[in-house]
Amino acid sequence: MAAPLHGVIATFDTAAEIYHAAQKVRDAGFKFWDCITPCPVHGLDGAMGVTRSKVPRFSLVGGLVGFTIGMSMIYFTGAVDYPLIVGGKPFFSPMFAFPIAYELTILVCAFFTIGGMFVLNGQPMHYHPVLKTEHIHRGLDDKFLIVIEARDPKFDAEATKSFLESAGGKDITDVEG
Amino acid sequence: MSQAESTAETPAILSEVNPAVLPRATLVKNNRSFSWITEKICGIIEGKTPGWWWVCFGLAGFVASWTVGGIIYLVATGVGVWGHANPANWAWDIVNFVFWIGIGHAGTLISAILCLLRQKWRTSINRAAEAMTIFAVVCAGIFPVFHVGRVWFAWYLFPIPNSNYIWQNFRSPLEWDVFAVSTYGTVSVLFWYVGMIPDLAILRDRFYKAGNKTRSFLYGLFAMGWRGANRHWSNYEMAYLVLAGISTPLVLSVHTIVSFDFAVSLLPGWHTTIFPPYFVAGAIFSGFGMVLTLMLPLRSLYKLEDLITQYHIDCMCKITLATGTIVGYAYGMEFFIAWYSTNPYEGFAFINRAFGHYAWAYWIMISCNVITPQFFWFKKIRENTALVWILSIFVNVGMWFERFVIIVTSLARDFLPSSWGYYSPSIVEIFTFFGTFGVFSVLFLLFIRFLPIMPMAELKAVTPEADPHAGHDHH
Repeated sequence: MAAPLHGVIATFDTAAEIYHAAQKVRDAGFKFWDCITPCPVHGLDGAMGVTRSKVPRFSLVGGLVGFTIGMSMIYFTGAVDYPLIVGGKPFFSPMFAFPIAYELTILVCAFFTIGGMFVLNGQPMHYHPVLKTEHIHRGLDDKFLIVIEARDPKFDAEATKSFLESAGGKDITDVEG
Repeated sequence: MSQAESTAETPAILSEVNPAVLPRATLVKNNRSFSWITEKICGIIEGKTPGWWWVCFGLAGFVASWTVGGIIYLVATGVGVWGHANPANWAWDIVNFVFWIGIGHAGTLISAILCLLRQKWRTSINRAAEAMTIFAVVCAGIFPVFHVGRVWFAWYLFPIPNSNYIWQNFRSPLEWDVFAVSTYGTVSVLFWYVGMIPDLAILRDRFYKAGNKTRSFLYGLFAMGWRGANRHWSNYEMAYLVLAGISTPLVLSVHTIVSFDFAVSLLPGWHTTIFPPYFVAGAIFSGFGMVLTLMLPLRSLYKLEDLITQYHIDCMCKITLATGTIVGYAYGMEFFIAWYSTNPYEGFAFINRAFGHYAWAYWIMISCNVITPQFFWFKKIRENTALVWILSIFVNVGMWFERFVIIVTSLARDFLPSSWGYYSPSIVEIFTFFGTFGVFSVLFLLFIRFLPIMPMAELKAVTPEADPHAGHDHH
């Protein structure tokens, strides 16, 4: 049984080439496609029509959770569970609780940020059709790739290939699913 | 914006004043290509283990055994094997803790603060500097954990319900420090790891191609299936930016809280409001000293002159100079405030530092921290790599003595002359401390052998090849 088709992949030599090719793919109305680059290319998000990342929303929630944990932990332990007079100071004050709440804000925020990035990226995903191609070695090293997936409504095995060729792509091949 | 004149809306004034074009420093010399960078960095890991690595590793392992031995002896015998006695109940343990944690700060400065400030020269040194941070925190952590004496109760530092039904004193800066340092260590590891994901993916694929399935699996496990997709890069870069944004206040808060360990007490010489900024500047100063100490040999051993250029060394020397001068200013200001406050105890503490029993330590500190960095004013000296390396060693020594002077002189001569004492370290302490350099070196040598010492993706991003508008600046 032949493996189902994941999509087609094309190679580009320079950052400028993929930048302009990405604009063409975006304007052609494709939805399920991606650029593969060895490093983040400045402005490629705009050329692809990728909107601003949603990672900061996770960060915000994480920060708030951390701050709340810090403050409520110190309130609970010092003013509720075992009130103890130390140096005639109040059982609870946001002033002395602040440094720890501040550190926990950062700690939980960091975990949420990284977790959010993995969730949004769908990672870990150790098996992916693109990782099985020969292209990926150069794609992480020094070439720039565009993958258009077969599940895209506009996808057509032959037409998409010739479209990528007209956009300047080289070495255009199928990606097995 | 060197080519701003090519854009449409150039202000008219520019053609009249004809401003000089300030060329940006080249960060990767000799116009190296993407694949050259990949080959260079991966080649270090894939190549045969060099002979010098084994020599250094053996030596470092031997030195590290001093710490292990010292700690075992301490746990088996008691904390009295260290030279602490009334009135100096804090000495080398806390000196070493502050020394190591301070060294870590340059790594976070390079990775986080310079990232926010868009200092692109950080790219070639940030991975190794972050590794330095983590290993320095490991070395720092040894001392406070073991100075509690009965180390099996060290978990009392954390708010874990225990059979005494009592909680930690959250009013204490020492408790804040527990949270600050553990957060710092954790976030530094996370930041380091996130930065490494794209590079681990390259190694995964290269080892797979070379037929080494075990190493490919191990690198791949941590690469999380990274495939360089731009939709991933978009989230990745945002996450990296947020991490840089939260690490910046973190690094400032950590050494601020470390300084609170002293500043919140009432001891003359400790009880000063200048401590937080002074400690942070000192930490960055010592950290850059250590970055230079580590990176300069690495640069010449692995022939990385195209990636760590003279411009990078210049930048690091200048930061060392700036922070060293801030530290020098703080020393002067401490003296001024001691006099200006008219507090006799405060005044005595500082006169005693400079001219008392520990004057030798004070003047080592002044010569290493205030005088040494001033050499970096001169271009000729900054260009002499061997000399820069030697000066960086002086910075490390000086910053260790700074903590020694602050901690020990104040404790040994407190309010009551009847309780004065003179602290000397025991042989166990000396070996435990010097052994931590071995612990640090073992970890660092393992890092340079098995992990990419420079962020390949970030290095590629600062070369002209990564610029989609090559030749004409749209932004």
